[in-house]
Amino acid sequence: MQTQEKSATSAQPAIQFIDVEKSFGDPGHRHRVLHSISFKVPRGKTTVIAGGSGQGKSVTLKLILGLLRADSGQVLVDGQDVTNLYGRKLRAMRTRFGVLFQGSALFDSLSVFENIALPLRERTKLTEKEIKEKVLNTLDQLDLTGHEQKFPAQLSGGMKKRVGLARALQLDPEFVLYDEPTTGLDPVMSREIYQLFERTQARLGYTAVIVSHDIPKVFDLADQIVLLNKGEVDAFTSPEEIKHSQKPYIREFAEMTMGDYRKTSQ
Amino acid sequence: MVHKQRQATPTILQTYLYNVQQTENTTLLQPFASLGNRFLYLLTDLGRMGIFLMNALAGIFRQPFRGREVLKQLRFIGAGSIAVIFFTALASGMVLGLQGYYSLHKFGAEGMLGSAVSLTLIMELGPILTALMVTGRVGSAMCAEIGIMRISEQIDALECMAIDPFRYLISPKVLATLISVPLLTAMFDVVGIYGGYLSGVKLMGVSSGAFFNGMMLSVTNHDIQIGIIKSFVFALLLVWISCGRGYFVLQIRGVGFGAESVSKVTTQAVVMSSISVLIVDYLLTAVLL
Repeated sequence: MQTQEKSATSAQPAIQFIDVEKSFGDPGHRHRVLHSISFKVPRGKTTVIAGGSGQGKSVTLKLILGLLRADSGQVLVDGQDVTNLYGRKLRAMRTRFGVLFQGSALFDSLSVFENIALPLRERTKLTEKEIKEKVLNTLDQLDLTGHEQKFPAQLSGGMKKRVGLARALQLDPEFVLYDEPTTGLDPVMSREIYQLFERTQARLGYTAVIVSHDIPKVFDLADQIVLLNKGEVDAFTSPEEIKHSQKPYIREFAEMTMGDYRKTSQ
Repeated sequence: MVHKQRQATPTILQTYLYNVQQTENTTLLQPFASLGNRFLYLLTDLGRMGIFLMNALAGIFRQPFRGREVLKQLRFIGAGSIAVIFFTALASGMVLGLQGYYSLHKFGAEGMLGSAVSLTLIMELGPILTALMVTGRVGSAMCAEIGIMRISEQIDALECMAIDPFRYLISPKVLATLISVPLLTAMFDVVGIYGGYLSGVKLMGVSSGAFFNGMMLSVTNHDIQIGIIKSFVFALLLVWISCGRGYFVLQIRGVGFGAESVSKVTTQAVVMSSISVLIVDYLLTAVLL
């Protein structure tokens, strides 16, 4: 019975959007960002949500985390509708996520070590010795050894991202969400960060969702690509599939970006 | 038949509204719509600030208690404000002593100076000036800190780690303010009375015995209680408004975005806290006296 349940859960998409709508603004001046979008995020894979600025990419991440609520539709995480979760249940759901924010969102007044140790100190019953061991181990894996006593203001953009990732991974999340992870980084650093994501995801096997407009570089990581355009959504399994789409705006998108993609692939 | 009836009975307002709909000319309705919109915004803002206050107070009792953070805030809000409160109190007390002397001297009632200075300080000036000085020194800093944490997604990060931002961030500040402000007010009263003593007794030559005797005869426990209640209420007001404005920096209308929004919201928090303290002081005096 348990095995049956387990196989049913693993067959189920990790995250699923069903007819989700979201608008912003005052009554009478509503701006609809998402028009009834539906897509699935497969378990243990990397899904890239791409699209231009203001298409609602970051909104989708906030909807998954329950930081924003959908106006209508469902956002399912393991079959559980996040739009109806509040209080303790919402907090319990959030402990399953690790999030890397656009600006890394490190706590300015805490050192690198304290930033990474924070989720362990607040959410687990580990002793200080165990916490120290786990944090130093993560710092070592992410090439941050020796920087543990520095404060976020003393770190470079790439290092902040790595510290953000280290903090996001502390509670062994089942899902890791990245919001524009390479914004403000140079191309070399962006590539290094993507390689780091790929290595960590392969090692830990979590479900990753990357919101990015860093096209086509981010496609190298993707098992699935979700394109958002004017509040509508299309899902693809490869960049090649995007090229062969019949929709005019996707063909236009492919022509504008895939040329670069071919160059980088060669 | 029904159709004819409908055509025959439109009121002036219905006709006007019909014309407005047809021509999409909403200019005349615009002021009403704008007023309604502002009223709805005010209600929403009051509602979220009310929920914020409840969460901030409840966070004090949620486990695990952040004792170290409370101590840090006590040091910043309480110990850090001692110098500014000391000088404000001394100056206010000395001016009160001087002004009181000149006013009472006209009626030959210099003996009442101790009573006038101590009652004014304990019931009014102590709580008010302490609250205003703490708002300026600490309220602005709290608002800016929380506002910056909000716009740089640090509060979102806390929520994503399932760490209650109220228990972690807001409630220690609330508790430390509720402890510090009444103590600072008590210090203000003592230093202020000493200031009045310096100018009244040492400079103007009022009898020391008359000064203290007048004070002891006129100040009752009820007066001291009023001062303590006021200082608690002002402390709650200033920490609520300062932290709340910073926390909702992204939802507040007309403050712009980014660094500009934090600076404007900080100004707003200080102005709102100060005005609220003065208005609530009048109401409390009317009720408690």
